[in-house]
Amino acid sequence: MPIVKVSDVDFRYKDIWALRDVSFDVRRGEFLGVIGPNGSGKTTLIRVIDGILAPEKGVVSVSGSAIRGMRRRDIARLIAVVPQDSTMIFSFRALEIVLMGRSPHLGMLRFEGESDREIVRRAMEMTDTSSLADRSMDSLSGGERQRVLIARALAQEPEVVLLDEPTAFLDIKHQVEFFGLMKRLNRERGLTVIAVTHDINLAAAYCDRVMLLKEGRIHTLGVPGEVVTETNIREVYETDVLVDANPLNGLPRITVLSSNPVGSRKPV
Amino acid sequence: MEKSFITPSRIARVSALLVILLVIAGVVSILTGTAGIGAARVFRGIVTGWREGHLALDPSERTILFSIRLPRIIFAGIVGAALSTAGVVFQALLRNPLADPYILGVSGGSAVGAIIGILLGAGAVPFGIPALAFLGAVLTVALVFVIGSREGGLDSNTLLLAGVIVNAFFSAVIMFFISTSSSADLHTITFWLMGDMSLADGNKIVLMTLLLAAGSGVVYCYARPLNLIVAGEETAMQLGVDVKSTKITLFFAASLITAVAVAFAGMIGFVGLVIPHMMRMALGTDHRLLIPASFLFGASFMVLADTVARVVFSGMELPVGVITALCGAPYFVYLLRTRRM
Repeated sequence: MPIVKVSDVDFRYKDIWALRDVSFDVRRGEFLGVIGPNGSGKTTLIRVIDGILAPEKGVVSVSGSAIRGMRRRDIARLIAVVPQDSTMIFSFRALEIVLMGRSPHLGMLRFEGESDREIVRRAMEMTDTSSLADRSMDSLSGGERQRVLIARALAQEPEVVLLDEPTAFLDIKHQVEFFGLMKRLNRERGLTVIAVTHDINLAAAYCDRVMLLKEGRIHTLGVPGEVVTETNIREVYETDVLVDANPLNGLPRITVLSSNPVGSRKPV
Repeated sequence: MEKSFITPSRIARVSALLVILLVIAGVVSILTGTAGIGAARVFRGIVTGWREGHLALDPSERTILFSIRLPRIIFAGIVGAALSTAGVVFQALLRNPLADPYILGVSGGSAVGAIIGILLGAGAVPFGIPALAFLGAVLTVALVFVIGSREGGLDSNTLLLAGVIVNAFFSAVIMFFISTSSSADLHTITFWLMGDMSLADGNKIVLMTLLLAAGSGVVYCYARPLNLIVAGEETAMQLGVDVKSTKITLFFAASLITAVAVAFAGMIGFVGLVIPHMMRMALGTDHRLLIPASFLFGASFMVLADTVARVVFSGMELPVGVITALCGAPYFVYLLRTRRM
């Protein structure tokens, strides 16, 4: 049985359609990448799955129960979201941020108990953030902050983790580190991951399947080799690319063909 | 890592310390005044009285200490606690370090209510002026909500702008009343606008305590969701908070608390702005600790500020709002220049 089931979802902002006829399933333990140009509906899809936006039509269900009509608290026990880097006006310490992940499991006036602290400790060990516990969030680097946010998502003990362009503000070292960590959690803990990203190469390298969105519709959905092709990318992004096999793992790799390449030389 | 968890026992320890501070502030305040009842005299009176079973003080001294100063100290404490608690909530909900309890138009609305009361002679009716000020405050907050809400929710920035505009409009109304009123009313109005503690009595205190307890109780129940809202509204939703209903509940609870303070004590500035900052810097951003700490420290601060207002010029009293603004504004400048908020 699929853990996430999206059926016939339509969503629009006023008179602009953001999602049309979107249907797909995600298996338990799968790592699904969602790619597509700006405005193709990637982030809208994340927000619809998390129940923050209600679809015009169609149903999203997680673990067999429909998200619509569920209390926020119950949704937060099923789904965790790792956002883009977030800036805060009043700074929290890293530990306080991770503890927030326990919130959906606590009653109104209840404090985190020993079991909650244990879960938080383990989440911080898994993400290598224990040593940052007492540091304030705005003293951390972008990569460290994202690891703290992963720890918070883990502390939620969700069925599914949604990543909303989590590496948008990271350099390549930290991008690779981030996806490496998510992949490890996915493999070792059976965590189901849906990752929205701008980076086609990262999606191809780390995801079991990739979904390519165009103007709110699913253009292609399949293993990276089926989706990341020169034809598909040209159709969706209106950009010429070269797709070849990554020599290390055989996965597709794209190279953008610039219209006026600096280093190009005419054959002599 | 262990010490960094916020636990009930840590909250209790910090609160106990602040309660001790509040008691000290109260004792200092009750022994300070222009009547010249020395501390030694009072202590001797209490100690002797302890042995003999009654207070060895003159009736006039007793009246000054327990019927004039004590109610006023309690009154000041309530007002300080109310404004500081409301300040914490508004700063968190609007995610704006410059927010204060008056930001949603409570000040302008209650002032207009109170001034109308003063001009109509409502001072003759028990609770006449506070009732009108309270009504003005509540109606104004409701108006700001109507102006500031968009379909789908309450956007903090829209709400903030609505508050600014409504306050600006009411300032004009206040100016109109001031420029057309007689000089006797003018003095009352001016004192009210600057914050006045001189009218404390038992009934007022009971009523204010009940309203403050109700408002702060609601606020404290939402302390953890408030942490999440500070981290971002979408984040709070992702972590299981029903943001819309939480915000509405908290805005109304905090406005009620503010209205209580304003209706009885007039406009006292800077307390609700500065005390939450001081506590946040000392104790961090967790509202489970920040709310009780601000409540208690705000009470102590106001008790001391009012003591200064009573005695700083012999023979006359200053409105306490003058003292809080004179301390608060420079402190705020210091914060701006030395730390990031």
